[in-house]
Amino acid sequence: MKTDNNRRSFLKNISLATFSTLALSGCNMKEIDEYLQQNFRELTDEEKDEIVKNLGEKYKKRYGKDFHVSYKPAMEGVLFGYALDISRCIGCRKCVTACVKENNQSRDPQIQWIQVLQMEKEKGVDLAHSDVHYNPEKVPEKGYFYFPVQCQQCRNPQCVTVCPAKATWQEKDGIVVVDYNWCIGCRYCMAACPYGARHFNWGEPNIPVEEINTEVHYLGNRPRQKGVVEKCTFCVQRTREGKYPTCVEICPVGARKFGNLLDPESEVRYILDNKRVLVLKQELNTQPKFYYYFG
Amino acid sequence: MNNNCNICYINELYLKKIEGNIFLHQSIKNKLIFMKDKLIQFIKLYGILPAVVFIFLFSCSPEEKEDSHAVKEEIVEIKREKITEDYAVDPPPFTDGIFPCNDCHAFQKPNPVRRELVEWHDDISFKHDSENRWCLDCHDLKERDSLKLANGRKLDFKESYKLCGQCHGEKYRDWKVGVHGKRTGEWNGKKEYLLCVSCHNPHTPKFKKITPEIPPVRQEDIKLFIKPENTESNEN
Repeated sequence: MKTDNNRRSFLKNISLATFSTLALSGCNMKEIDEYLQQNFRELTDEEKDEIVKNLGEKYKKRYGKDFHVSYKPAMEGVLFGYALDISRCIGCRKCVTACVKENNQSRDPQIQWIQVLQMEKEKGVDLAHSDVHYNPEKVPEKGYFYFPVQCQQCRNPQCVTVCPAKATWQEKDGIVVVDYNWCIGCRYCMAACPYGARHFNWGEPNIPVEEINTEVHYLGNRPRQKGVVEKCTFCVQRTREGKYPTCVEICPVGARKFGNLLDPESEVRYILDNKRVLVLKQELNTQPKFYYYFG
Repeated sequence: MNNNCNICYINELYLKKIEGNIFLHQSIKNKLIFMKDKLIQFIKLYGILPAVVFIFLFSCSPEEKEDSHAVKEEIVEIKREKITEDYAVDPPPFTDGIFPCNDCHAFQKPNPVRRELVEWHDDISFKHDSENRWCLDCHDLKERDSLKLANGRKLDFKESYKLCGQCHGEKYRDWKVGVHGKRTGEWNGKKEYLLCVSCHNPHTPKFKKITPEIPPVRQEDIKLFIKPENTESNEN
């Protein structure tokens, strides 16, 4: 009995002490709110509005710029799909740099959502012998083809299955997103992803202030913190506004195509109907919505 | 690569660097040289005074010329709008720079004999099935401001995609639905199309190689923690 009393009083004291320190230190209540915030999918719209507003203020303080933070939900009757013409890609990596800028990826330590693999034409699609660090004077090089890999937006995403915190999920429009406030940084999803499409913030992300993109989405390109996983979201901040993803817009050879898989008139559906299409690692039953084709 | 032609202010293809920051389209440069030569000849023949009078008269004509240009612009505008309904195609980037071809060709006798061009347009390198084809397979012999289809029908430069589509039918079909070539804009709304010749030089359609962006950092080169100075000095 006596020990119980002791423990109870200890707990009482410690909680008192915590709250009093918090109160005394004048700790920002918003930060506590953010810390205690629910999973994004359980928030009401009012709560989301409040959170988004606070985030905007936080970013304004940190970067000195006005941010537009959106949490726009998926459109009805839309399932996003992507198609990439491997016979056309020249490996210029313009998509990589455009993606880094658009999605506020850390420059140092470096995080890049798109990896362009150089493969030998003789060997075909051979991931094991591909090279991501190729650096010739000019591309394309003779005898090689280029195979950009990013999140394949699987219909059966294993990264989502393994997440112990339910911090990542597939949205109605098929985009797999991460709640950076809910991610605990266990990196199970990275181990589960067969495409190496998820990236971990091992250090505090570093983005030059003048290059920061202020048009952000809560589940997409808003600035991340150390210790969370991030990934390609088909530029959710753009595509839910009707625009093409930035990699599609930058590609100088028009190898990248994007659209609504449920719309029979869309570009991706035309490709699925008329071209020779393959998905990466089909045998794993991840069922990607990212298709490679020969145009 | 943000260089504009110093005369027609059109960016991009077929620019020749003249001196320092001066860029011109080759055909404009040719035209200037041509005019200069004519002027020198004139001075040699008739002396300087008539030349001055000639220049004076010549410098008065632009007003008139501008008028005719405006009429042409109007016609072009209407045509462009019509195409906009079809495919929202911007005019090719070079048209205004070398247009109208009749400025020179109107005074020359058309020569239908297949030959290598040495005096004029020798800057055009032609690698587009050059064994079997040459200029007049696409350009009209008499009406130089038009292209022509294989059946002889004349075609505005702004509809050049139809000409390309004669041989490249599959690509043409893909282009029409937005699968071949680059699209920007909205995936479910308004898209911006480009003409075939916006990306491919019609005379040498194969893409030139380009310099890639810098490769990603190797994993072993990513440095997260800076070593404390003490340990470094110990090592030294």
